[in-house]
Amino acid sequence: MSMDRREFLKLAGLTCIGIGVGGAQLLVRSRIASSEYAPAAEGLQANRWAMVIDLRKFRTEEDYDKLIKACHYIHNVPSFPDKYHEVKWLWKEDFEHSFPEQKNRYLPEGIEKKPVLLLCNHCSNAPCVRVCPTKATFKLSNGITAQDYHRCIGCRFCMAACPYGARSFNWVDPRPYIKEVNPEFPTRTPGVVEKCNFCVERLSEGLRPACVEASEGKILFGDLRDEGSEVRRYLAENFSMRRKPELGTEPAVFYIIGGGEEHV
Amino acid sequence: MYDGGKIIIGLLIFLAFATFPFYSNIGKSVAKPEPSLDTPVIKALEKKECVESKDFMRRNHMQLLIEWRDSALRDAKRDYVNSKGKHFRISLQNTCMKCHSNKKKFCDECHGYAAVDPYCWDCHFVKEGGR
Amino acid sequence: MFEKALQGRPKYWLWILFLLGITGAGFLVYLQQLKIGLGITGMSRDVSWGFYISQFTFLVGVAASAVMLVIPYYLHDYKKFSKIVILGEFLAVSAVLMCILFIFVDMGQPMRIFNVLLHPTPNSILFWDSVVLTGYLILNIVIGWTTLEADRKEVPPPQWVKPLIYLSVPWAVSIHTVTAFIYAGLPGRPFWMTAIMAARFLASAFASGPAFLIILALLIRKLTKFDPGKEAIQAIAKIVAYAMYANFFFFLLEVFTALYSNIPGHMASFQYLFAGLDGHGKLVPLMWLSVILAIFALAMLVFPSVRANETTLAITCVAVFISLWIDKGFGLVIGGFVPNPFERVTEYWPTLPETVISVAVWAFGFLVLTMLYKVAVSVREAQGPGESLH
Repeated sequence: MSMDRREFLKLAGLTCIGIGVGGAQLLVRSRIASSEYAPAAEGLQANRWAMVIDLRKFRTEEDYDKLIKACHYIHNVPSFPDKYHEVKWLWKEDFEHSFPEQKNRYLPEGIEKKPVLLLCNHCSNAPCVRVCPTKATFKLSNGITAQDYHRCIGCRFCMAACPYGARSFNWVDPRPYIKEVNPEFPTRTPGVVEKCNFCVERLSEGLRPACVEASEGKILFGDLRDEGSEVRRYLAENFSMRRKPELGTEPAVFYIIGGGEEHV
Repeated sequence: MYDGGKIIIGLLIFLAFATFPFYSNIGKSVAKPEPSLDTPVIKALEKKECVESKDFMRRNHMQLLIEWRDSALRDAKRDYVNSKGKHFRISLQNTCMKCHSNKKKFCDECHGYAAVDPYCWDCHFVKEGGR
Repeated sequence: MFEKALQGRPKYWLWILFLLGITGAGFLVYLQQLKIGLGITGMSRDVSWGFYISQFTFLVGVAASAVMLVIPYYLHDYKKFSKIVILGEFLAVSAVLMCILFIFVDMGQPMRIFNVLLHPTPNSILFWDSVVLTGYLILNIVIGWTTLEADRKEVPPPQWVKPLIYLSVPWAVSIHTVTAFIYAGLPGRPFWMTAIMAARFLASAFASGPAFLIILALLIRKLTKFDPGKEAIQAIAKIVAYAMYANFFFFLLEVFTALYSNIPGHMASFQYLFAGLDGHGKLVPLMWLSVILAIFALAMLVFPSVRANETTLAITCVAVFISLWIDKGFGLVIGGFVPNPFERVTEYWPTLPETVISVAVWAFGFLVLTMLYKVAVSVREAQGPGESLH
């Protein structure tokens, strides 16, 4: 057998290309079953899900904590004692830090320190979706910003991009820190980013989000594109605010701040 | 061939590494996998049928699960209509594992035999045999 | 040609062994990180990027700086650089490798890294960064190796490398521009949201990279029989001087816009870095050290006599390198995260495991650099004095 180095390398190169092309074909998946997929029949549908949080109706700490507990239980959100490793889907932060660009020392008594309920804003122009290198975070057609934990590579670009601090990373295994497990919902694996999912799994079962249900009317949820929807009517009648609207992200969470009434 | 000795020694070392899985398992016997269908929910079923035929599931459950995952998560389509027109709610944890609640005796049986370690249960809960 | 990296004096092997040892130690700690998660680092929900990504950002600059030798030599036919262009190209190779490793160790799910290729997402800057970094790595390996091999055989390099060399010029600019875009396009991070970011990155790169090259060139002259050439070193020193002034100028522009506009969000990070915010000021001493070193270096670089003296030049280059390393390899990334979107301060400091892993990545980079330089120096030593043919 006589073959010089050049020829050998050429052959080896061609072989590699062949294997590569063959391997690439394995990656192209085609549907395997002769079956169909459809949105769940009982599911709630909307063109643009949105939320209105009427802070005037939140009076006691319990009003907030009940909702946070409901959300965090349903979604198996861990509670870390270490602030550095915190994971939050729904949480409270006082007004002056929730709306830091609204600094105004002459606000009605108590507003500055009044807790605001915070969560992912499910922005129409979500910066997290724009920066994700794998489409692990993406927009659903109903406006929800979804997160695919199977695909997330844990680069945390979305956390740098989110102007609302809505995203948490699993710095360590969350399971030991989940006090009470909801067996109906998965947990997360270390090394992926997570956040509020607007209860997309409950919507598909015909249920409203957990916090909305637990709020007993303090939070409204509905279709922003539907003029007749409860949220649209409420927004038309009450002055509302969104967090950092100047960034052009178009948040889908609206706040009604009010003022003058009794506070915590 | 220049440096023939060195090349052959190198090749031998490579072969020793590459064939490690074979000789390290020589003599070990693993029992034939026999996934068990013995769960209360399956027992109570009148017609013992999975979402698709047994043969199909045996061959394709991994692709089907990936399709389910992407459909539910990425397309918000959580209803699966199988080849016989029957509807199923897409959920590994709440549909598959409701019947196959015996992960150890069902999933792990073959996965262990084939030495595959899918990461499903890093996140999805099972009542028994979870991590 | 690679065999030259495998022949050396005991001192060479001792150095290689030393670097291998550190890399190995870092690898063991990395296994621990794989098992436990990134929780073993000092990063947090608020400061979600830390030392790893800062090092990556800094090293992209070092990699891009090779172009400062390529342009004068290949575009302006500046012959004095003929023998040291290779040092720039090989420095770029090892720097890009370190960049890729730093991104890799920063990932929460490193085994899914190919998702970036499996689901290519052109609207993500990180996708483009992976494209330009890989491209730049390949370009520099191919160009460096081919031209060096031609030198060894004392023939002109093949014609097909010329277009690649010309391509490598804009490509070098692109890697640092794209890296700046990772930061400069994020709403809600005012410290990073500045149009001058890419320009500032390039200026700081063209100062830190060549400064490092001068140190390396001086070391090579001391340790081997290859002399990179006094005039070449002096020419690089001029590049460092101009780039350092440009960089400092750009920095002052940032300070002016932030402070004169008096917009709280734009001032806050500067306050945190240079004065402390809400009683937190872990980075303040480091940032002032960076400023003092920069001013010292600027004062030194302006005098031709200081640059001409190779001892003072070396000291100046070390000052430039450390100053810019603190500025870009630490302050820039951390400063962007502090304060957080709620205007609260969470501080960051790397942990021991994080530091060991980072040092190990640097050690691996030096290992590659040492071996590549060994090859280059061996070829040059055999060549003897005079200019190369291409």
